Amino acid sequence: MEDLLEILSDLHPEVDFEVEEHLIDDGILDSLDIVNLISEISEVFDVSITAKDIVPENFNSAKALYSLIQDLDEE
Amino acid sequence: MLFTTYEFMGFLAVLFLAYYLFPKKCQWPLLLAASYFFYFIAGADYLIYIMVTTLTVYFAARRIEKNADRQAAYLKEHKAELTKEEKKVYKESQKRIRLRWLVSCLLLNLGILAVVKYTNFFISNVNGILTSLGRTEQISFLSLALPMGISFYTFQAVGYLVDVYRGTVPAERNPFRFALFVGFFPQLIQGPISRFGDLSKTLYERHGFDAKTLCWGLQRVLWGYFKKMVIADRILAGVLTIVGDADAYGGAYVLAGMLLYTVQLYADFTGGIDITIGIAQALGIKVEENFNLPYFSRSLKEYWRRWHISMCSWFRDYIFYPISISRPMQRFTKFSKRRFGEKVGRRLPMYLSSFTVWLATGVWHGASWNFIVWGLGNWAILMASEELEPLYERFHHRFGAQGRLYGVFQMFRTFLLVCCLNLFDCYSSLGETFKAFGSLFTVGNWNVLWDGSLMQLGLTMLDYGILAAGTALMLGVSLLHRTGSVRERIGRRAYPLRFAIWYGLFLAVLLMGAYGIGYDASQFIYNQF
Repeated sequence: MEDLLEILSDLHPEVDFEVEEHLIDDGILDSLDIVNLISEISEVFDVSITAKDIVPENFNSAKALYSLIQDLDEE
Repeated sequence: MLFTTYEFMGFLAVLFLAYYLFPKKCQWPLLLAASYFFYFIAGADYLIYIMVTTLTVYFAARRIEKNADRQAAYLKEHKAELTKEEKKVYKESQKRIRLRWLVSCLLLNLGILAVVKYTNFFISNVNGILTSLGRTEQISFLSLALPMGISFYTFQAVGYLVDVYRGTVPAERNPFRFALFVGFFPQLIQGPISRFGDLSKTLYERHGFDAKTLCWGLQRVLWGYFKKMVIADRILAGVLTIVGDADAYGGAYVLAGMLLYTVQLYADFTGGIDITIGIAQALGIKVEENFNLPYFSRSLKEYWRRWHISMCSWFRDYIFYPISISRPMQRFTKFSKRRFGEKVGRRLPMYLSSFTVWLATGVWHGASWNFIVWGLGNWAILMASEELEPLYERFHHRFGAQGRLYGVFQMFRTFLLVCCLNLFDCYSSLGETFKAFGSLFTVGNWNVLWDGSLMQLGLTMLDYGILAAGTALMLGVSLLHRTGSVRERIGRRAYPLRFAIWYGLFLAVLLMGAYGIGYDASQFIYNQF
């Protein structure tokens, strides 16, 4: 989780990712951010996020995103 | 059969009656019959195209789903026997089969779209090259009919197929139900491009008669007709005069033309979508919104999140993301990071993906260089804004540029930017577009804005008055809409006031629309669409 928070903070230092739960719905993360994020996550966590995983439920909060990473890691 | 014809009104009236009088189980088959009748009236030859798309996508989706089910069953059955590596190999082999179905079907359907929409554009470019090489021979243009709404229904069907491939929606088992999803008549002309997961929730449901639902739907339809017939169709004459002759109408005329066109485009497109969503609502069906007050956007990026939402999200989900996170692009990201450093290297692949998306968006809008340059112009501005973001931040911080007034300035700036980009949509060639844009700075004829010249554009003082009032009403409704549903607010008012509002709107459409003062049937420019 620490690594993920670091990646997210690099993208948007002004956002408190530990509490924010509407990253997509509130337009905090846009499509360019998401692509950036996926690229970083695949490097750091060695998981492959596909286009079907890119839904608001998976990207609305750091917690949801971390849960997605864990699921992909187990596959 | 256009939305704005007596025939269409009659068609709707019969449909609504039958829809609520027949047994509920007949509702979706009735909608399918009505949609195919609507399409048949538009052009019997077009039916073959929509049927080919419907059938091929239906079968490909079924094959893909069957393969995925077989894979799941096989893995479940042999769970204990297979090693992790064997499972992976098996999954990969099955995925390749599904991918073959997907790609074949995409190539077929996008190929049909490309042939009917772009063949003559391609021929005209080849002819241009031949001429520039001094050759006299020319390739003859093909007389290909462009089926109504082909860009919209093809994208809708393709989106469904990709969703089935990704496993995010189940494949529809009944081909007739699927045919209704592809051909649902209210959205055939100009979208929105619905997702199967959204539209299917209410499209096939049985809907009991509900006076409020019907009434609300019809109110939305009426508002759509007001925008389309009172504002958009009235402006058209003025816009056509200005853009029809870039030499005669330069400078301030171009400014007037681009402002008029931007209002026309908004009223025409959002009006059409209001009619679409309203008809669907009256039938108890939910079609997703396609606009979210786009001219209140503070940046072009925000504008593209609010304008033609279904198209933008389609390009994002089915082109931008798959390209951006594909393995070759991930490899390119690593390479560019090594070559150009972390910051630049990270951005390059995204800009490349965006370029592809905006090129495709331009091409999708129409077979002309104007649309391609329009798409790439949007891309260039968006990417420049992205790069200049830190500079803007410093500027805002340094000069305290924030608050409501600065927000209004940002909205005005975005509106002007969109107006300028819309010029590519107005003129017939790139040369004319750049000539017109250049004349804004070189032709000093600003006096035409107040010396009565604007009265010679095919619009009278009465037209301008109606347009000003209509546009002010659109703006007022948009402002009200920011804080909640306008129809709901009207619905809470006393009956006489409600009646006056809706009856007044109806009268406005009747008297000031295409049937109104100063018009006769032969002058209806919208009939040429």
